[in-house]
Amino acid sequence: MDAASEALGRQINIMEVCGTHTVSLFRNGIRSTLPRQIKLLSGPGCPVCVTDQGYIDTVLELANRPECIIATYGDMIRVPGKSGSLETRQNSGNVKIILSSEDALQLAKDNPDKTVVFVAVGFETTAPATAVVIKQAAKEKIENFCILSNHKLVVPAMSALLSMPTNKIDAFLCPGHVSVIIGYGAFKEIAEQYKKPCVVAGFEPMQIIEGLAEICRLLIECKSEAKSIYSAVVTEKGNIAAQNVIDECFEPADGLWRGLGNIKKSTLKLKNQYSKYDAMKRFGLTEKPSDEPPGCHCGEVLCGLMEPPECSLFGQTCTPQNPIGPCMVSSEGACAAWFKYGRKKNGTNG
Amino acid sequence: MVKKTENKSAAGGQVLLAHGGGGQLSDQLIREHIVPRFRNNTLGELADAAKLNLDSPKICFTTDSYVVKPLFFNGGDIGKLAVCGTINDLAVSGARPVAISLALIIEEGFPFDSLDKILDSIAANAAENKVAVVAGDTKTVEAGAANKIFINTAGIGVRLDGVEPGFDKIAVGDKVILSGTIGDHGMTIMSHREDIGFKTQLKSDCAALADLTCTLLTKIPGVKFMRDPTRGGLAATLNEITKQTSLSIIANEIDIPINPTVQAAADMLGFDVLNIANEGKFVSVVSPQTAEDFIKICHEHPLGKNAAIIGEIVKTTDAPLVEMRTKIGGKRIVQMPYGRDLPRIC
Repeated sequence: MDAASEALGRQINIMEVCGTHTVSLFRNGIRSTLPRQIKLLSGPGCPVCVTDQGYIDTVLELANRPECIIATYGDMIRVPGKSGSLETRQNSGNVKIILSSEDALQLAKDNPDKTVVFVAVGFETTAPATAVVIKQAAKEKIENFCILSNHKLVVPAMSALLSMPTNKIDAFLCPGHVSVIIGYGAFKEIAEQYKKPCVVAGFEPMQIIEGLAEICRLLIECKSEAKSIYSAVVTEKGNIAAQNVIDECFEPADGLWRGLGNIKKSTLKLKNQYSKYDAMKRFGLTEKPSDEPPGCHCGEVLCGLMEPPECSLFGQTCTPQNPIGPCMVSSEGACAAWFKYGRKKNGTNG
Repeated sequence: MVKKTENKSAAGGQVLLAHGGGGQLSDQLIREHIVPRFRNNTLGELADAAKLNLDSPKICFTTDSYVVKPLFFNGGDIGKLAVCGTINDLAVSGARPVAISLALIIEEGFPFDSLDKILDSIAANAAENKVAVVAGDTKTVEAGAANKIFINTAGIGVRLDGVEPGFDKIAVGDKVILSGTIGDHGMTIMSHREDIGFKTQLKSDCAALADLTCTLLTKIPGVKFMRDPTRGGLAATLNEITKQTSLSIIANEIDIPINPTVQAAADMLGFDVLNIANEGKFVSVVSPQTAEDFIKICHEHPLGKNAAIIGEIVKTTDAPLVEMRTKIGGKRIVQMPYGRDLPRIC
């Protein structure tokens, strides 16, 4: 990596597109071992962080309905909306933390007099599990179950980032978990169209370092390839069965991302045949405006345009105890990771 | 084990609100379920206060409340936790635990079977650690007003001669010692929680440390500091040391013992093992000259067999902080945990 930064004679900006990579980079002190010229940018890879404000407010509106039980993954509950968060609704007993989509369906079975709304967020990693329970609900004719789908697709977001004239990205460290599903071949369009190397890596410290080293090699050789060094679990084509189950239930639609705005065909929407499981339709809801908290720069952070300590709220009014933006909520959010593991604004100790 | 009482069937096998009413049922609860388990004259008097004759007027006194959910978990239960927790607070303060009080707040409808199981556990753990249960109280509350049962224990220990651990003794160059693996208790509780019900082979480290700490404090001169890293885990204890001393700590990740199952479960949920609670471990600070002897004694005891020197006290250059040298040779800050960790999405 030293050789790469010397050979290129400039700063190299590598974006990690996965919250788990962000945390591992901090927790293992990898950032502190890198040459100064290598700059890591945390991308839109934390599911909580990329979820737009309107969606959060919709979830909170549903949580106020006595006939609903909200089933959510843990790190969504503290994201602040216009009126509190799911955490503040937990006392009412209708917000349940679950670890898998199956738990959400089970909640519906256990509570036949309530409607369970599953907060279906996450990337291609969690979408197959949601699709499986939708199919299961249809098969078992479970009527009191629906989802508020906000599953996101990684590649359209990377494409949108590179289309921004202000972007400074030289290469991507691609997400290991997502790539298990979509395959490293899915990043070829990014590598070829935008001439940016894309390397999939695992989450162990040495796997990440190897991934960064591979990116540097590709940059020196001016090769813009998509490849995986996480070969034990990531293939070129990915998990076809998982892709198929996503395709059976969902279709890509335009969708809002925090910081990135509306991205074409970036969000999974339930297909017509499963529309009765769509909470928006079941409750006759319309999309809410994405009014982000004043002063919050999560959007810029997610686009790699700003590091968390550059935000005037960071560590002042916005802390893990009192998060203002979602990047401070999730353990995988860039702001939370900076707050927890980093200290100096230049990140040298991070 | 105490013979099952007739009162149990009279009450339908469950605690009633009336068991806290001060009348006959209260009396039966105390005389038939509680007192016989803790066979000692002081408690047997059922006076308003326990009269104790201690070896020394120099004592440590502590109290703690226990609200753990679930009540029974792999490696322990709320009763064992209450006894061991209070013993450990006395032990790490440089005292030999002598007596504890036991206050129970029980929900109406709580099965006597479960209550007896908890009381048996309290009795067994107190006896094993030569601690007498000398005073107590029972209250009952409406169903739903408590998590089935809450326990409060207070404890008295006699301070060991010449032993005065304290933050003020800690100096640059001192070694930081951890008595064993971290995160076992917290991850076990997490795995048992009804809303995070994944199956694992985790076991709480819940244990009373007084035997080991008394040996160490007696044999190793000048032990500077001891604390059990319960809530907030190792991260909280190390940060507390830096906060109170204005010195800093460099910890070495590679030396911190972690059970691989605990690490895997924490990784799956996105938790940092450093922040996870322990109930049978201590952190100690000793001089570099005594560190090896300290470790040797630990290794000879079942509760200290994985003890290790995990770091060193260093001068503060900027603000007092805990810095971790990671396994790959990097550096990172260990912050004071800020509350509840949330399981991540993927």
